[in-house]
Amino acid sequence: MSCVRLRLFAILAAIALLSSVSGPANAAEDLRPLVDKLGLGDFEETARAVDSLAATGDARAAPLLEALANGDLNIRKSDGRVVIAIRDGADYKLADPLDGAALGVVPAGGLDRIRINNSLRRNIRAAIGALTLRSPDPSVRRGAAEAVFKSRDAGAIEILDAAIAAEQDSGVRRVMEQARAATILAGNAPESDKLAAIDVLAARGDRDALALLNNVEINSQGALKDAAATASAKLTDTLAIWGMVQNVWYGLSLGSVLLLAAIGLAVTFGVMGVINMAHGEMVMLGAYTAFVVQSVVREFTPELYDLSLVIALPLAFLFAGGVGVLIERSIIRWLYGRPLETLLATWGLSLVLQQAVRTVFGATNQEVSAPSWMAGAFAIGQIQITWGRLWIVILATMVFVALVVVLRKTSFGLQMRAVTQNRSMASSMGIRTPWVDAMTFGLGSGIAGIAGVALSQIDNVSPNLGQSYIIDSFMVVVFGGVGNLWGTLVGALTLGIVNKLLEPYAGAVFAKVFVLVFIILFIQKRPRGLLALRGRVAEA
Amino acid sequence: MNKILRGVAAAGLLAASAIGAGTAQAQETIKVGILHSLSGTMAISETTLKDVMLMLIDDQNKKGGVLGKKLEAVVVDPASNWPLFAEKARELITQQKVAVTFGCWTSVSRKAVLPVFEELNSILFYPVQYEGEESQRNIFYTGAAPNQQAIPAVDYLMGKEKVKRWVLAGTDYVYPRTTNKILEAYLKAKGVPAEDIMINYTPFGHSDWQSIVSGIKKFGSAGKKTAVVSTINGDANVPFYKELGSQGVKAVDIPVVAFSVGEEELAGIDTGPLVGHLAAWNYFMSVKSPENAVFIKKWQTFIKNPKRVTNDPMEAHVIGFNMWVKAVEKAGTTAPDAVIDAIVGVSVPNLSGGYSTMMPNHHITKPVLIGEVQANGQFDIVWSTSGLVVGDEWSDFLPDSKPLIADWRAPMSCGNFNTVTGKCGGKGS
Repeated sequence: MSCVRLRLFAILAAIALLSSVSGPANAAEDLRPLVDKLGLGDFEETARAVDSLAATGDARAAPLLEALANGDLNIRKSDGRVVIAIRDGADYKLADPLDGAALGVVPAGGLDRIRINNSLRRNIRAAIGALTLRSPDPSVRRGAAEAVFKSRDAGAIEILDAAIAAEQDSGVRRVMEQARAATILAGNAPESDKLAAIDVLAARGDRDALALLNNVEINSQGALKDAAATASAKLTDTLAIWGMVQNVWYGLSLGSVLLLAAIGLAVTFGVMGVINMAHGEMVMLGAYTAFVVQSVVREFTPELYDLSLVIALPLAFLFAGGVGVLIERSIIRWLYGRPLETLLATWGLSLVLQQAVRTVFGATNQEVSAPSWMAGAFAIGQIQITWGRLWIVILATMVFVALVVVLRKTSFGLQMRAVTQNRSMASSMGIRTPWVDAMTFGLGSGIAGIAGVALSQIDNVSPNLGQSYIIDSFMVVVFGGVGNLWGTLVGALTLGIVNKLLEPYAGAVFAKVFVLVFIILFIQKRPRGLLALRGRVAEA
Repeated sequence: MNKILRGVAAAGLLAASAIGAGTAQAQETIKVGILHSLSGTMAISETTLKDVMLMLIDDQNKKGGVLGKKLEAVVVDPASNWPLFAEKARELITQQKVAVTFGCWTSVSRKAVLPVFEELNSILFYPVQYEGEESQRNIFYTGAAPNQQAIPAVDYLMGKEKVKRWVLAGTDYVYPRTTNKILEAYLKAKGVPAEDIMINYTPFGHSDWQSIVSGIKKFGSAGKKTAVVSTINGDANVPFYKELGSQGVKAVDIPVVAFSVGEEELAGIDTGPLVGHLAAWNYFMSVKSPENAVFIKKWQTFIKNPKRVTNDPMEAHVIGFNMWVKAVEKAGTTAPDAVIDAIVGVSVPNLSGGYSTMMPNHHITKPVLIGEVQANGQFDIVWSTSGLVVGDEWSDFLPDSKPLIADWRAPMSCGNFNTVTGKCGGKGS
């Protein structure tokens, strides 16, 4: 944007602010010719139209620009009129962009969407920010201030000053002051103002502020450059410490994904001793259950859509668990005590399951969308925590606790431990060992199914989903100590955190290599893993 | 026991006669090999290409086939297993006696079958964008070379988005490594200092992108406009884009331009948070042309799913198939040598409303399009080259391959002619 035009924009905006107080009644009609210019030509012309709309300072232009940003603004082919079109089945419902009056329904072919690109999106963001700084809603005002902070539109300073003076909410006012500081640094204000602005930005303390400070450092001389350099260096150091904390959080989050994927295997492999290569496919079946549940919910009870993943959790457990019981009864029970055959049989089974899913659902990825309570992120200090990851950590903890409780406190858990420790003794005590075997395998598979629902949020829902987790799962179980659930917990978290701490220095490929080498060396030293079972159980 | 043996023998005889009948019938058809993975990791991308080939062959047969004979598709499954690609290619050529093969996706698989096609002198059409640095007599490259995808995309970001700082992120194998080498040389030639280029490789199927995305954000906070050029391939893209969305990396701040993400890959993601991120291709489903409308309709009817999307490698197969048909009709035979000679210079309509021509270097001319992701999983085309771009097999930005050219017409008939030494057989990188 050229400076001259920005000046003009500021003056126009100030005039418009004044004039809109005096005559709001016919402002809608004043905007009409500007609106009609939106769809006239290429991106540059649309950008000019957006700027002139913003220059009116009329808050009614804001929803119109939002519609443009969302791609809802169209040109009706029959008369070239700019309209808002909302999808309604196969057709589109039209409304006037200024007064919202309904303009009937047209089929999709009767409309030309007004297209926008990234630079236009930036213009629109800046315009909406400037237009909504005086909105009655504090969260909108805060969003507007953030938008101005990003756009650093020199023309917005007067509007910002007015908004800051009128602002009651101290939090919003702080963001507005930061936006003002950012804007001052972008323009040609006196040096004293700029130095003050640097202090305001340094106090903000996040990456966006750092980016601005670095920008000032690159583009200025003298005292200003020094001040920016000092502030930037200080901020970089603070952010580096936050970065370490952030990496530990990433490690925890990766660790809980590993834990979820591996904990079912800790039951089937760790407790029962079955080398189950089809474990990953149980995870995959869980993810597909989530997909099916979400599709069914979307079709029949859209009001429950946000809960579809919660509904999917027990269903995935039952489905994957049921398949697990079936596999145990039909294949694995004939192969107890023959690890090599079990390995081959379950590996073959994993291929069969993959191809079956590929045949039913197709080879392409399926979309399992995030419910609203899993979308987005929040910040603690300078670390960003995404809701999806946080929920996965919580789910992993819950599954782990539940499993420990089942094993320790229920009679099924007692029978399961009895059978795995001494099968013939348990059998002579009247425990139906085949039934316990089937149920244990089902439990492990069911937990894998739950993991699948969680993984559908961060990975591909495709027939190959399971393959990418099988190696990691075995690694976690072997590293943690076969047969020990706590070992699996500690193993998963250790591998996750080590991996994430290494990644920034060594890169993703080498971080993985280092972790593998580390495990090989570790297993040489401690063949039974981190938390080995001791005593007679371990000898059996 | 005896009875069983006799039964087996009878069954064998029956089977033998069935095969006999098959070959007798086969003499009236022209066999077309389809060498795409239908199982394993690459099935996600390649199954679609198998289907589009079946549709094209079906369509051609409805028009009366080629040279008065019907076409017969021979589908094999190399199962995403590179050595198996070579075996299956051999099986197609020697046992099935196919006249032409359409197949492969990854560069590794193409490198695996290349010696087989050379040795047995058969023809392969390869439909995927790739790293260049290759031109072989028996292979026709209908996907984009780096100058038809990567370089224009970088030019767009430099010009329109004023990008000064670059993250080159890729999966760790030959295509991203070579492309990034070319891009790095290109960026440096344009005056971008080394500290403004970050190169990052991740393993195949990488699923935990948290620290890499936050590393990109960190790299982007140096005060200069930053963009990500992604050669991340296959399954790793979905978790990557999900992480971009959840960490709030917006296209207006740090745009990501991808060379391996098309409509099919986006089908598995909620694209709402990704609006504005870019992809560079030679075809988008959203291209407005009568040919494309017809093609989409035909495809969705054939696959019996009105929501199935189309993508760039599919268009490459359409162009390649039509070129082969035209060349066979021109040569009057399906003999590989005659077709290889006849196909250079053949022009067929592409789906974006123009014509693509087979060049002497066995690459084709294509328009380059830049699209922005929309909330509905489609791309809005925001920029395109004014004309067609000729595929450049040997990059001008790598010192080793700069003097090389390929021309398979007589008398040169060479895939790596060194213009400095004047000899065939130069070295690429």
